[in-house]
Amino acid sequence: MFEAFDALTLARIQFAFTVSFHFFFPAFSIGLASYLMVLEGLWLKTGKQLYLDLFKYWLKIFAIAFAMGVVSGIVMSYQFGTNWSVFSDVAGPVIGPLMAYEVLTAFFLEAGFLGVMLFGMNRVGKKLHFAATCMVALGTFVSAFWILSVNSWMQTPTGYEIAANGQYLPGESWWDIVFNPSFPYRLVHTVMAAYLTTAFVVGGVGAWHLLKDRANLHARKMFSMAMWMAAIVTPLQIFAGDLHGLNTLEHQPQKVMAMEGHYDSHPDGAPLILFGIPDSEAKTVRYAIEIPKASSLILKHDPDAPLAGLDTIPDDEEPPVGIVFWSFRIMVGIGFAMLGVGLWSLFARWRGKLYEWSWLHRAALVMAPSGFIAVLAGWITTEVGRQPYVIYGLLRTADAASPLDAPAVAASLLAFIVVYFTVFGIGVWYILRLMSHTPHAGELGVKRGDTGPIRTAGITPGPTQNPGHYEPLPDSKEDV
Amino acid sequence: MDLTTIWAFIIAFAVFAYVVMDGFDLGIGILFPTFDPGRERDRAMNSIAPVWDGNETWLVLGGGGLFAAFPLAYAVVLPATYPLIIAMLLGLVFRGVAFEYRWRDPNHRKFWDFAFTGGSLMAAMAQGMTLGALLQGVEVVDRAYAGSWFDWLTPYTLLCGLGVVAGYALLGSTWLIWKLDGEGQAHARGLALRSARATVVLMGAVSLYNVFLNAEYAERWLTAPEIYFAAPVPILTLLIAVSLIRAITRDRNSKPFWLSIALFFFGMAGLGVTMWPYVVPPDMTIWDAAAPERSQVFMLIGVAITMPLILAYTAWAYWVFRGKVGDEGYH
Repeated sequence: MFEAFDALTLARIQFAFTVSFHFFFPAFSIGLASYLMVLEGLWLKTGKQLYLDLFKYWLKIFAIAFAMGVVSGIVMSYQFGTNWSVFSDVAGPVIGPLMAYEVLTAFFLEAGFLGVMLFGMNRVGKKLHFAATCMVALGTFVSAFWILSVNSWMQTPTGYEIAANGQYLPGESWWDIVFNPSFPYRLVHTVMAAYLTTAFVVGGVGAWHLLKDRANLHARKMFSMAMWMAAIVTPLQIFAGDLHGLNTLEHQPQKVMAMEGHYDSHPDGAPLILFGIPDSEAKTVRYAIEIPKASSLILKHDPDAPLAGLDTIPDDEEPPVGIVFWSFRIMVGIGFAMLGVGLWSLFARWRGKLYEWSWLHRAALVMAPSGFIAVLAGWITTEVGRQPYVIYGLLRTADAASPLDAPAVAASLLAFIVVYFTVFGIGVWYILRLMSHTPHAGELGVKRGDTGPIRTAGITPGPTQNPGHYEPLPDSKEDV
Repeated sequence: MDLTTIWAFIIAFAVFAYVVMDGFDLGIGILFPTFDPGRERDRAMNSIAPVWDGNETWLVLGGGGLFAAFPLAYAVVLPATYPLIIAMLLGLVFRGVAFEYRWRDPNHRKFWDFAFTGGSLMAAMAQGMTLGALLQGVEVVDRAYAGSWFDWLTPYTLLCGLGVVAGYALLGSTWLIWKLDGEGQAHARGLALRSARATVVLMGAVSLYNVFLNAEYAERWLTAPEIYFAAPVPILTLLIAVSLIRAITRDRNSKPFWLSIALFFFGMAGLGVTMWPYVVPPDMTIWDAAAPERSQVFMLIGVAITMPLILAYTAWAYWVFRGKVGDEGYH
C-alpha cells in the first residue's frame, strides 16, 4: 500500500495523522472542561436545576472525548522517540523538561481529579466536586500552556546553546526557552480556538434541538450561551490571529510568504491574493484574484511598504506553498463565517428572536464542526509552513527521523489508520448519539452498572422521579 | 549522590508507580473474560474506573521523564523496540476507550469487553518484552540504535512478557480481593492464587536466565562483595512470596494487594541491581545518556514542588472511592 514512500515520508505521514487525530479531542475538551466548570458554578450559585442538567448532559460527552484524548495523547508522548529519535536526542535537553512539566502540572491534575468529577458527586459533596471540575479545567489549560511552549520553541527557538555532540542545550535562562517569541501568540490563538470549537459544537447541538422544539429550555440555554461566546470571542480571535501573523512575519517570514502566495518580492506594496492556484514549478499564483497593496497594508500597516517574497530564499528552504496557501484560506474563511454567525445571533437577540429564527439555527447547525476544521487548517498552516525544518532554522525534518526501515513504519502507519478510524470513529458516533438525545430535566450523569440491579429498589427515588433534587445514593458497605 | 543518580531513581520510581498502579488495571483487563458478563464484570470495572486514568499517567511520566532526563536512552530504546511500543500504545487505546464504550453501547458490550482484555494483554505483554529487550542488551552505534528488526523477539523477551502478564494478573486479582466481597471475592482469591504461583515461577526463571544470559550480570549477583548486597533481594522476595500466598487464602482486605506490591518492589530492586549503572545495557550508562545539569535542576525543582501534591491528591482520589464496590455504580 505504501511502497511508493520512503521511511521518512511515512514517518511524517504517521506523525501528521496521529497528531491531527489527537488534537481534535483536546481542541474540544479544553473548551468543554471550562464550559462544564461554568455550568457547575452557575448551578452552585443559582441553585437552578437547569444548569445541573446541562452539566450532566455534557459531562457524558466529555467523558468519551477525554478518554479518546488521553489514549491518543499517550501515542504522541512516545512517538517522538519511536519515529523521531534524532530529534529526541538533540532537542531532549531543551524540550524534554517542558514536557515533563506538562505531565507533572497538567496530566496528573486532570487525571487525578477526573475520577471525582465523573463519579464522585455523591461521595464528596457539591463544593469539593466543583473544585475537582475546576482542577480538570485548569489541567487542560496548563497542558496547552506547556505543549504550546514546546511547539513554539520548535518554531522560534531561543535561549539555547549548541553542544559539541550536536545537542541543543538550555542556556542560562529557562524563561527565554519557555516564553520564546511566538509562544504568547500561539497560546492565546490556540486556546481561543479551542473555546470557539466547543462553543460552536454546543451551539450546533442547541440549534438542533431548537429546530425540533424551540420551547426546550435546555436547548435555549445552551444555544444562548454558545452564541454569546461566538459573538464575543470570534472578533478577539481574529484580532489575536492577526497579531500572531505579524509575529510570524517577524520570525518565520517564509511561512507568511507561503500563506500569502508571494513568490515574488514586491518593493512597493504587495497585493493580497484572495484566491488563486499556487504553482511552485512556475513560481506564480495562477488565476489570482488580488486586492492591490492590501497585503502590505495588513502586514506592515502601510500600503506601499515593501514585502519580500519566496524569490529571496533558496529553493531548498521553501515550504510547500500550495498546502499552506489553501489551509490558511480555509482557516480564515471559517473564522469570518463564525464572525457572521456571532453577529447574526446578536442581531437576533436584539430583536428578541434568538430562539425563533430557524435559519440562524440551521446556520449554527452547519457550523457545528467548523471549529475542528479551522483548528486543523490552522495547524497545517503553521506546521507545513515551517518546513523543511522541524526546529526552525536549526534541524531539518529530513535529518530528525529514527533509523527505521520503510516497511516497519508502513506497518505501524497502517495499524494507526485502521485503529484510529475504527475506534475514534465509533467514539465520535457515540458522542453524536448522546448529542441527539434531547436535553431534559433530571438528566442522568455518567451512569455505571446499568445492566445489573442499579440500586436497592424502592428505597431511593431515582433522579427522574425527583428532578429538582439530587439524591445521594446509599453507600455500600465500607470496611476500610 | 549526583543529579544523574537522583534522576535515575526518580525515573525508577515513576516506572514502579506505573507498574503497580496501572498493573492492577491491566491485570483486571487480562482476567476480565473469567468474570461473569453481568454484575461481576461491572463491579470489577467500577472498582478501577475512577482511578485508571491517573494510573496510566505514570506511564507518560516514565516516558516523558526518560525523554527529559535521559534523552539519548529514550532516542535509542524506542526505535530498538519499535513494534513493541506501537503494540503497547495500540493496546492501551483499546483498553482505555473500553472503559467508556462498554457502558455507552450495551449491544456491543461483549466486543468492548473483548477489546478491554485484548488491549490489556497486548500492553502488558509488550511492556514485559520491552523490559526483556532492554535487559538482553541493545546495540548502539553513533548515538543511534544499530541492531536489526527483530532483536526484541527472543525466548528471553517472551519469558519476560509472560512474567509481566502474570504479575499484573496478580495485582489485579489481589486488588479485587480488596474491593469485592462474596462470590466475586472468592473468585478473585482463586485467580490470585494461580497468578501468584505463576508470577513467582516466572520471576525465578527470568532471574536464572539473567544470571546465565550475561557474564557481567552473573558476576554482579554471584561474586563477593556484590553478593552481600545482592543476596538479600531474592531471599526477601521468597519470604514475601510465601506470606503472599498465605494471605491470599485468608485475608479479606488489602493485605494480599500490599504484599503483591512488595513482591514487585523487590523484583524492581533486583532489576536495579542487575542493570545499575546502565540505562541501556550493555554499554550506555546513566551518565552517558543524561541531560545536562541545567535540565536536571530545572526539572528537579518541578518534581520537588509537584510530586508531594500529586501523591496527596492521588491518595485523596483513592480515598474518595474507598471500600468495597457495591452494585450501584458511581454516579
